[in-house]
Amino acid sequence: MVSSGREKNLVIIQLTGANDALNTVVPYNNGLYYDFRPNVNMAAEDLLPLNDELGLTPHAPEVKSLWDRGKVALINGIGYANPNRSHFRSMDIWHTAEPDKIATEGWLGRAVKDMDPQGENVLTAVNFGRGLPRSLASRGVPVASVGNLETYGLFPDVDDDQQKKYTLEAFARMYGPDRSRDPVLESLGQTGRDALRGADILRTAPERYSSSIEYAQSGIAQSLKNAAQVMFADLGTRIYYTSVGSFDTHGGELPVHAKLWDDVSAAIGDFYADLEEHGYQDDTLIFVWSEFGRRIKDNGSGTDHGAGSIAMVIGGEVNGGMYGRFPSLEEAEQQEGDLRANNDFRSTYSTILERWIGLDAPSIVNGQFEQFEFISK
Amino acid sequence: MSNADIALMAHLMRRAGFGATRDELEAAVAKGYEATVEELLHPGDPQDLPQDIIRRYHTEQAELRLSDGAAANWMYRMITTQNPLEEKLALFWHSLFATGYVKLNQANALLNQIQMFRTYGLGNYATLLVELSRDPAMIIWLDNNDNHKEAINENYGRELLELFSMGIGNYTEQDIKECARAFTGWTLGNAEYMSTRASRDSIWPYSRINWHFQYRDHDHDDGEKTFLGETGNFNGQDIVEIIARQEATARFVSTRLFQFFAADEVDEDGETVIEEMMKSYFDSGYEIRSVLRTLFNSDYFKSEKARWARVKGPVELVIGAVRMAGSYREPTPGIEQVARQAVYMGQGLLQPPSVEGWHEGIEWVDSGALVERINFVAHELANVQNPGVRRIIDRLAGENGGTFTPEELVDRCLDLVGPVEVSDDTKAALIEYAGLQGDVSLANSDEGDESEQRVAGLLSLAAATREYQLA
Repeated sequence: MVSSGREKNLVIIQLTGANDALNTVVPYNNGLYYDFRPNVNMAAEDLLPLNDELGLTPHAPEVKSLWDRGKVALINGIGYANPNRSHFRSMDIWHTAEPDKIATEGWLGRAVKDMDPQGENVLTAVNFGRGLPRSLASRGVPVASVGNLETYGLFPDVDDDQQKKYTLEAFARMYGPDRSRDPVLESLGQTGRDALRGADILRTAPERYSSSIEYAQSGIAQSLKNAAQVMFADLGTRIYYTSVGSFDTHGGELPVHAKLWDDVSAAIGDFYADLEEHGYQDDTLIFVWSEFGRRIKDNGSGTDHGAGSIAMVIGGEVNGGMYGRFPSLEEAEQQEGDLRANNDFRSTYSTILERWIGLDAPSIVNGQFEQFEFISK
Repeated sequence: MSNADIALMAHLMRRAGFGATRDELEAAVAKGYEATVEELLHPGDPQDLPQDIIRRYHTEQAELRLSDGAAANWMYRMITTQNPLEEKLALFWHSLFATGYVKLNQANALLNQIQMFRTYGLGNYATLLVELSRDPAMIIWLDNNDNHKEAINENYGRELLELFSMGIGNYTEQDIKECARAFTGWTLGNAEYMSTRASRDSIWPYSRINWHFQYRDHDHDDGEKTFLGETGNFNGQDIVEIIARQEATARFVSTRLFQFFAADEVDEDGETVIEEMMKSYFDSGYEIRSVLRTLFNSDYFKSEKARWARVKGPVELVIGAVRMAGSYREPTPGIEQVARQAVYMGQGLLQPPSVEGWHEGIEWVDSGALVERINFVAHELANVQNPGVRRIIDRLAGENGGTFTPEELVDRCLDLVGPVEVSDDTKAALIEYAGLQGDVSLANSDEGDESEQRVAGLLSLAAATREYQLA
């Protein structure tokens, strides 16, 4: 790997609600696909062929062009043993890297702790969205959750600039070092100062940003634009997290799934172009995942919760191509009507953690997992 | 009516409820402290709107299957109830017997559990534990439907002892097994039907029916068991009876109640109060109402030591701000956004992170959560059209000829959003802020004019203090 001397960035795109893997990467030469999907299928002639067997949804042309350039690793048949078909539970399993018992600490939270044990940078991980995804949750790890970078911070309702300045000055004074030495009040003070500092630093990012890329207007495109702004401002942020959805297409799937992928693919295309314009494509890895796939058989207008899924890893240093096996549609090979996973998601996590970020994976993902070659050792 | 009486009543209402407006505090002080405690301990008509009306106006609550709508449904009750302790205590039991949506995918079962907490939460602890053991959401959450005569599943038995009654160190692994044996046959009557429906059908247009409890004698291990040194052919109720009479149980329940209602940290004086609570537990035959009465009427609880000795949880903070601002009293859209605010702050109702519940105290507040807390409360209190904010402004307009120096205004705002007691540094910062634009006159103000906005701005800032993060 040629080094730019920069730290490696990881951008997570969570497809919330269970993306229909089978209509994203379609086995268009397999008659069983059309047998099981009489209503909710993708016509072979519309697909963007990846090889003789599989075609990408026509609603992901930007991803296809990155694929053609060898920048996309497609991980087929990803999942875990004993699939859980509850969104919440399966999300938690992916977030905590713990399929067997209920855990509370996120895999990326643990990674941040390893990267910055003293919590010196309040912005090592930034979530673009509201609320903390459990992936990032870990005791003592500060995480900024940014709804909209332009307005991020305290007192967004105060419009008047002068008034805002006075309010923030008062806040800074109210959260100054506490003379009472009460540990709770002091901790609140420190947290308030961290929040103010994080907001102050983050606010500078849009001002320092310039790019010729016009991002699409979708929420996911704007989130990735915010991620690019933070990345190029060089604030020491390593983990960029964002979610998009809902992919829970039980009914009326075709138009909804199409629109979602139109948005996700365009956003990835814009973001990647921005990375290239700023020379960050070789220092950035984009990881796209969903909590599970959907039922092989359609239900007339949509598809129900399934098991095996797909994930994508995209970046300038990625060895593009197919990883994992595409699961068989044969009934005997199915897992209760679903695609049977053949590689544990923690293999992908481990590959990213060790080969990309340079951390010890087993302590983060709770065990040893075979790694993929989508990043060279 | 003295300031000290108001401050004490505000303290009681923050702990036994979700805070109170000044009008409510004055009414309670007129009634007297102990009389108010008794009223809280004997909930009457909550004066809720009927559920069918609530669910008709809030479409996301129509089927109560998903956790967001169900959480909003409960939060709406917290906002409007006339029985604040009933809801606050339900929140306590929910944090202690933390049952989560993730395993159920059926939020109505959780709301039924919360209703069970309202019904039994102030009563006999043994009865509450039996009801908990029969609760369908709990049976699924801790796998008691997989606890069979020939193959025990220890999950519920273990957590009943460790997390729900005695605490670790007061029983052996063998006791857990015996406990689990006693609860074999305590299962769901319609689990197969429900799972068949779930696998065949993804859409349930008329909402799902409920699981129900069933005791299956043929799957119950009726053999002899030795549990905590006592031997007999115990069934689940017998086990609960034995648990309820343990000193460890009295200590566990009293301590948890103390930490939730009095102070996050237990000091030496706190230990003394816990001893008194334990005595009430036994004297009353395990009545939670008596234990709480002892706590609320204790000198410790009323003393300065217990003031501001807890970090407000997200739900407490959100409900407190909404009740003070007087917003969302009617079934208007948007209540699900209020529920989501608490999620952003780290507490999704009906979605505890695990059976251990939430990590409380100072762990509630990380930097992301603090930004959310401050911005939400500021948003509620900066809106002069919110009835509660209006009431505060109108009250101020009637005081002092409606004219205030910066010092006076800061004192009044801190008083009326709490009273909140702040450090000298905090107060100096607020006075400096208020002083930037000189005196305020509300004497001839119009709704939403600059004077009113200044007051609302200061109310928001008073609620943005670190002291306001405490209860």
